[in-house]
Amino acid sequence: MNHFPEAWGRPRDDVYGAYNPLYLQTTGPKAHTQSPAVTGTSVVAVKFNGGVAIAADNLASYGSLARFTDVKRLRKFGESAIVGFSGDVSDMQYIDRLLESIDIRENYSTNGNTLNAKNLHTYLSKVLYKRRSEFNPLWNHILVAGFDEDKKPFLSSADLLGTTFSAPHLATGFGAHLAIPILRRLFPEETPLESISKDEAVAALRECIKVLWYRDARSLDKYSLAVVTEAGIEIQEDQQVEAQSWAFAEAIKGYGAQVN
Amino acid sequence: MTSIGTGYDLSNSVFSPDGRNFQVEYAVKAVENGGTAIGIRCKDGVVLAVEKIITSKLLKPGSNKRIATVDRHVGIVSAGLVPDGRHFVSRARDEASSWRGVYKGPIPISALSNRLGSYVQAYTLYSSVRPFGVTAIVGGWDSEAELAVDGQVGSGPKSGSGGKVEGAKTGGPGLYMIEPSGLYWGYYGAATGKGRQAAKAELEKLDLSSGTLSLVDGVKEAARIIYVAHEDSKDKEFELEMTWISSLDGPTKGRHEEVPKDLLEEAERAAKRALEGEDEEEDATKGNSNETERMEE
Amino acid sequence: MVGHGMTGMLGEDGIHVDMNHLKKGEVNLGTSIMAINFNGGVILGADSRTTTGAYIANRVTDKLTQVHDTIWCCRSGSAADTQAVADIVSYHLNMYSIVNNEAPSTQVAAALFQELCYENKDMLSAGIIIAGYDPKHGGQVYSIPLGGSLHKQPYSIGGSGSTYIYGYCDKHWKEDMTEQEGIDFVRGALQEAIKWDGSSGGVIRLVVLTSQGAQRHLYLPDNGYTGPGVTN
Repeated sequence: MNHFPEAWGRPRDDVYGAYNPLYLQTTGPKAHTQSPAVTGTSVVAVKFNGGVAIAADNLASYGSLARFTDVKRLRKFGESAIVGFSGDVSDMQYIDRLLESIDIRENYSTNGNTLNAKNLHTYLSKVLYKRRSEFNPLWNHILVAGFDEDKKPFLSSADLLGTTFSAPHLATGFGAHLAIPILRRLFPEETPLESISKDEAVAALRECIKVLWYRDARSLDKYSLAVVTEAGIEIQEDQQVEAQSWAFAEAIKGYGAQVN
Repeated sequence: MTSIGTGYDLSNSVFSPDGRNFQVEYAVKAVENGGTAIGIRCKDGVVLAVEKIITSKLLKPGSNKRIATVDRHVGIVSAGLVPDGRHFVSRARDEASSWRGVYKGPIPISALSNRLGSYVQAYTLYSSVRPFGVTAIVGGWDSEAELAVDGQVGSGPKSGSGGKVEGAKTGGPGLYMIEPSGLYWGYYGAATGKGRQAAKAELEKLDLSSGTLSLVDGVKEAARIIYVAHEDSKDKEFELEMTWISSLDGPTKGRHEEVPKDLLEEAERAAKRALEGEDEEEDATKGNSNETERMEE
Repeated sequence: MVGHGMTGMLGEDGIHVDMNHLKKGEVNLGTSIMAINFNGGVILGADSRTTTGAYIANRVTDKLTQVHDTIWCCRSGSAADTQAVADIVSYHLNMYSIVNNEAPSTQVAAALFQELCYENKDMLSAGIIIAGYDPKHGGQVYSIPLGGSLHKQPYSIGGSGSTYIYGYCDKHWKEDMTEQEGIDFVRGALQEAIKWDGSSGGVIRLVVLTSQGAQRHLYLPDNGYTGPGVTN
């Protein structure tokens, strides 16, 4: 008998040879990084004349299971910024609480919360980068919509590595593959922002969400849509994908040669 | 018994033979010199007001606020040493934020006051520190709505939760006053600082315990009371600073905010009018208003 | 030689024990649990099977755990993990009621559960449903799945058996049910889960939380889950 519990009840070295300590490692190399469990899919957003529109569906998936169907992934910050989250929902909630504590601190001064969307994006990207540098990333890809210090529409993204990117239209997850091409066609790069109306932007997002519903197996036909303008934030939750096109299925028969 | 020369007042944490802590009593003196601060607990909110003595003409009007916001739903006003008040507020913010860290929601006013009371009391126990030179009034609103857990997603049944009991305790106004000894009580109306006696006398006339005074009326009363309390130090100029916290369906939606400029000015005009009217009647009875002050001490 | 991450292999001498398996296989609450809102409060329900692999370690387990007077939880995942978490929350709620001289709300319990499950996500395997009643908020149901996110729900199902009853629950769920309708809904759903999920079985335990306090129910398989009903 000795003082090493891992050796108790084990074969004696003199009979069987030394025990290979590798067997005591239960998980191999220590894996500090986690993987997401409950996740949200794409967020899409587009700038327009005088503001930004952003949309995300209301689903939180658990693997392929559509586990929670009433999850609002667009989160308000102050009176003029929206953060759209894709990725892990528990980390989204952590960031949400982080933003809430910042908002509370901002309100200590009588000026209220003066942080704009650009400040918020800078902050969040640094939080994300710090966490990935600790090998403990916040498993999210976020879009921040609002205004910069010159009151110009602002839209930027930050991912779990702390990578940031900015463009007149942005999308995360599947949306980056499916929605961006649609938005690029509707609003080519050289289109001046002033020529895009709020209604056009909103209609474009609804179209993107519809295509994602068709083609993203982790999406839902119920979604939230927010518009940030000088006047403030309008959020519509519980939106429904409408005017879907399925009837053409009637003409599809077999998978090649078959005709009826 | 006087404390001078006995040696029992030289250090905090030392009792005198008759059971007093002189350092705490000196701290109370510091409070008694401060500008009057009051709080009124109304049926649908809380008002905080302070008489801010203007110590220099070089200070910008409306700057150097004396009423602070803690979390979103609490305000603190204090009389006494201003830096001590700031440190007190800083501690209150830390407590509110630590509560949020654990319970993911706003700290109840009673719990915050309890923690602050304990904090202040600890400063009467050790020789290495001195007691707080402030008496602070903590006012806030405990939400009457169904509270969400910070960060939660999803919602309960669309028809609302089942089994709610009619008339169950559902939040409301909270008003506490914490003294340098660490002593704190909940109040319907609280007053501290130089003009507290006059202010308390006015507060008592309001019948606050009946819970009928509305918040907007409370604002007007608070302004008037600060003006009344200022009568004894008329030679000094002052600014009236006022904040309020209303119920969720009220003007501030449960948040601690400054009273809007127009309402503040209206309340100040009404206060001045009331005072002018009073002066004419009161000329005869003046002179013994200081007497009650003496008896209390 | 067995390297990192290899599992389940025995060496030639038959004594190379697979440590990984010993830990992972331990006592698992391969489970069916649920909690619902009804017009008078909440109902929690669970099967009673605890397994180590295919062996039923306990056939009359109580997976409904009290953490305060009328705040209970359903535990799924590792029995050891969820018991430890529930014990810690129970301690904190007890302290809360003493310090604040007021019973904690269901939200407070949910927040404490979430903090533990989120901050320790890489060490825990716990899926917990919290259901509670208080006079101000009425009944409330919260779900904390694996990553430690917190979801408020009208009703919640969890554990391995729940995957078989998503359809049943979606079809039969309605809001504002009476207590009896609620009991029937939970019992019906858990019967299906027990029927299709090998890791669920045994008796059905329920706890009904209302302004009257906590009431336990028990339903046995040998009479088609019809009784005995109320037990305490």
